[in-house]
Amino acid sequence: MDKILEIKDLHVNYYSNRRTVRAVNNLSLDMQRGRVLGLVGETGAGKTTLALSILNMIRAPQGKIISGSIRFDNADILGMSNQELREMRGKDIAMIFQDPMTALNPVLTIGEQIAETIFKHEKASKAEAWSKAEEMLETVGIPGVRAREYPHQFSGGMKQRVVIALSLACNPRLLLADEPTTALDVTIQAQVLDLMRGLIKTNNTSVLFITHSLGLVVENCDEVATMYAGEVVEYGTVEQVFGNPLHPYTKGLLGSLPDYSEGSPRLRPIPGLMPDPTNLPKGCYFSPRCPNAMPKCHEAHPENSSIEGHLVKCHQYQENLHVEQSI
Amino acid sequence: MSNQTFLRFFKRQSKNISQFWRQFSRNKLAVASLILVLIFALIAIFADVLYSYDFVTSNSLENALLKPGETSTVYFQEKDIEHTFILGSDNYGRDILGRLVHGARISMIIGIVTVAMSLIVGVILGAIAGYEGGLVDTIIMRITDIILSIPTILMSIAIVTALGNSFFNLLIAISVQLFPKYIRIVRASIVSIKDQEYVEAARVIGASDLRIILKHILPNITSPIIVQSTLNIGSSILEASWLSFLGLGILPPKPEWGNMLSEAREFIQYAPHLLFAPGIAILLTVLAYNIIGDGLRDALDPKLRR
Amino acid sequence: MLIPVLLGVTFIVFSLMYITPSDPAQMMLGANASPAAYKQMREDMGLNSPFIVQYARFLFGYKHPIFGYKGLFFGDLGRSYVSNRIIFEVIANSFPNTLILAVGALILALILGIPIGIISATKPYSVADMIFTVFALLGASMPVFWIAMVLIYIFAMNLRLFPAIANPGNFSSLVLPIITLSLPSLAIIMRMTRSSMLDVMQQDYIRTARVKGMDEKTVIFKHALRNALIPVVTVAGLQFGGLLGGAVLTEKIFSYPGLGSIMVDAIYQKDTPQILGSVCFVAITFTIINLAVDILYGFIDPRIKSTFSAKKKLVRGNQ
Repeated sequence: MDKILEIKDLHVNYYSNRRTVRAVNNLSLDMQRGRVLGLVGETGAGKTTLALSILNMIRAPQGKIISGSIRFDNADILGMSNQELREMRGKDIAMIFQDPMTALNPVLTIGEQIAETIFKHEKASKAEAWSKAEEMLETVGIPGVRAREYPHQFSGGMKQRVVIALSLACNPRLLLADEPTTALDVTIQAQVLDLMRGLIKTNNTSVLFITHSLGLVVENCDEVATMYAGEVVEYGTVEQVFGNPLHPYTKGLLGSLPDYSEGSPRLRPIPGLMPDPTNLPKGCYFSPRCPNAMPKCHEAHPENSSIEGHLVKCHQYQENLHVEQSI
Repeated sequence: MSNQTFLRFFKRQSKNISQFWRQFSRNKLAVASLILVLIFALIAIFADVLYSYDFVTSNSLENALLKPGETSTVYFQEKDIEHTFILGSDNYGRDILGRLVHGARISMIIGIVTVAMSLIVGVILGAIAGYEGGLVDTIIMRITDIILSIPTILMSIAIVTALGNSFFNLLIAISVQLFPKYIRIVRASIVSIKDQEYVEAARVIGASDLRIILKHILPNITSPIIVQSTLNIGSSILEASWLSFLGLGILPPKPEWGNMLSEAREFIQYAPHLLFAPGIAILLTVLAYNIIGDGLRDALDPKLRR
Repeated sequence: MLIPVLLGVTFIVFSLMYITPSDPAQMMLGANASPAAYKQMREDMGLNSPFIVQYARFLFGYKHPIFGYKGLFFGDLGRSYVSNRIIFEVIANSFPNTLILAVGALILALILGIPIGIISATKPYSVADMIFTVFALLGASMPVFWIAMVLIYIFAMNLRLFPAIANPGNFSSLVLPIITLSLPSLAIIMRMTRSSMLDVMQQDYIRTARVKGMDEKTVIFKHALRNALIPVVTVAGLQFGGLLGGAVLTEKIFSYPGLGSIMVDAIYQKDTPQILGSVCFVAITFTIINLAVDILYGFIDPRIKSTFSAKKKLVRGNQ
């Protein structure tokens, strides 16, 4: 299995109102080709920032990638010129955003918006690009003739399908899906996810599936990484992480899911709140909320430990198991 | 109950005010403009101390068209006075700076009175239109449309011609141009809030209409009204200068910046200070109000609040 | 929608003129006629009839061998009290001149204002942006007649580049009045474009376009501008009214034979029917232009366009 994406020690900051927001901290993550990796975390954990960083789309002066490296299929993304980046975006890596209602340009037809990518990235004529756009619409279940229509003539679910068609139009190797179904009704959600699964399989696209829903991860992903306060705290296959959660945060997330079989009346949230990204705690970021916190946790930041590919960033495991440096 | 409501209302407002000032003061240009406006206001209030009104309205033809900085003898109130014409004199020998100073007073009065009048009329009409809806709303909005479809100067000219050439009629003519803007702001606010669920919810738990108005509607209209009023003072002064220039507002020898410019027309080639002095006065005043208005808009915009 | 507003305009203008203190009879006969002659003249001119009757005549006509006319509805208001020329002829001769100035000013304001607005929006808070913003603020704070006089002072009197008196035949004489008239509109269009572009550039669909790999030029011109210009078009249309009004004073200063000069003279001379005709004409033109802008809006913004066709289908379906 080769790696399509290798992120090492990524640091991304945002600057607002004289404060520095540490959105992504020392994050390392690898993605295997052809697999769906679920990235789970609460709002504010830095997931969208991470996705935008992969495309090197963090805009100055509000934000900056401070350090780290991102390699996509062995190409150094952070070292690319603007020209190279623009060629890569939409063609090799595509991204879907959360809100379909605002993702499409209201004054251009949806056909034009899809054909535009095709025309730019593939050597097609305008006519060929348009018919390919119509084909893409068909693959997401929208009649090709509707390519002439405008975004406001479609419902939310259909708009998201258009967005998916748009993103897959040039057959990208990597798809970044940032909470693609969060804004949709549950039934539409299911439709859209089915659709995505089918298309991904057909094209062997690698997918980074960002979500805050554990259920969706189990249904759609091969691997999963949990993210907290800008770093990956646990990573493994879905079976590994959900079957045997190691990090207290992951355990807390799974534990907070209501268990209907027991008929227990109360929900069990993780106590406390996510740390303020302008003022992160010393040591392990999760330590203020962790039920297993040791004195060491408040002092020193944990490193990655690994058991057969199941990575976790927690002091508990550093003494007992193999201590392996992050990949 | 209602005493408590008012008290809490004012306490919250004072917190908002200090937050607003922090935001506003970051805009250096706006603060500078505010200082300028205050200086002008002081000049206007103490105009008589600086130059006597009679002095600037009496002719002294032997001193006509003096250049800025020249000193000369003026025969005034049966005395010969040595007087330095800081900004020169006009074609009747009157001190330009003195006339500007008194013009500032006239402009300030025009600005404040017209805005006050149009604000009261506009807010009341807008509130009625928004709250009642239906036929009343339609009538008021049609009237507003009609007023807005006649270009402002034409409307003012027509009104002053019809009602006669007096100060009061000038104020009316200008106010008529201003109140449609208030009507639109207030009505839009009320209409958008009236049907919101939180207003319904408030009614359901027994909130009186007064409380709803204070708590929900007033905060929403206060900011745009303050911004609009500031901008309107500028527009009003500008409009007054247009009318006076045409001879339809404040007539000479009363010193208004607009009519000073109309008197200057013949002489600009030889005495450009006649042209630039009143013009720059108008420019600075209106500019200051515009900058303050913009600054207020940015400072009061809830989207930009940290 | 249109008709009540137009009627309202005519009503207000007529009412204002009705209460204007002046005696048309004296204007026609001079100061030395007998009281009986004045009385007869007033009768002939229809001035003794009640307000409503006079208003109705204003709209639909007045049958009289000497002073009759067909009414505003039919485009005829008779003759001027002062010059005795046919009012609508006077308007028809002078309005095109005013249009030259107003349209010229609007085009200038758009040609300069939109690109400057775009530049300001793409480099906000840069030095260029600050300069442009100050210029825009100045433009909105200066009285148009003052700008005219200053330009005349600099360019006509001192530099002798352009004449101080304008007439439609001489192109170089139109330069100064058009620039004068365009400045306030230029300022507004510039700021409107800037703020609209800034708004649009924040939108999600711009982010989508960048994520697709589109280059910045495409993003600005194809994706952003088309959206940003929609409110600018509306503002430009509304500016036209201000331009027509601004023309009034500008024409006076440049001694330009346009409708504005006619109106100002008519006002000084209390030539009521001339004032009435002219003001109504301008107001009606402005209202029609607003309507045209609304329709144009429907063509530019596809969201409105389909509402129209949806409504049309609904209406047809019900018939």
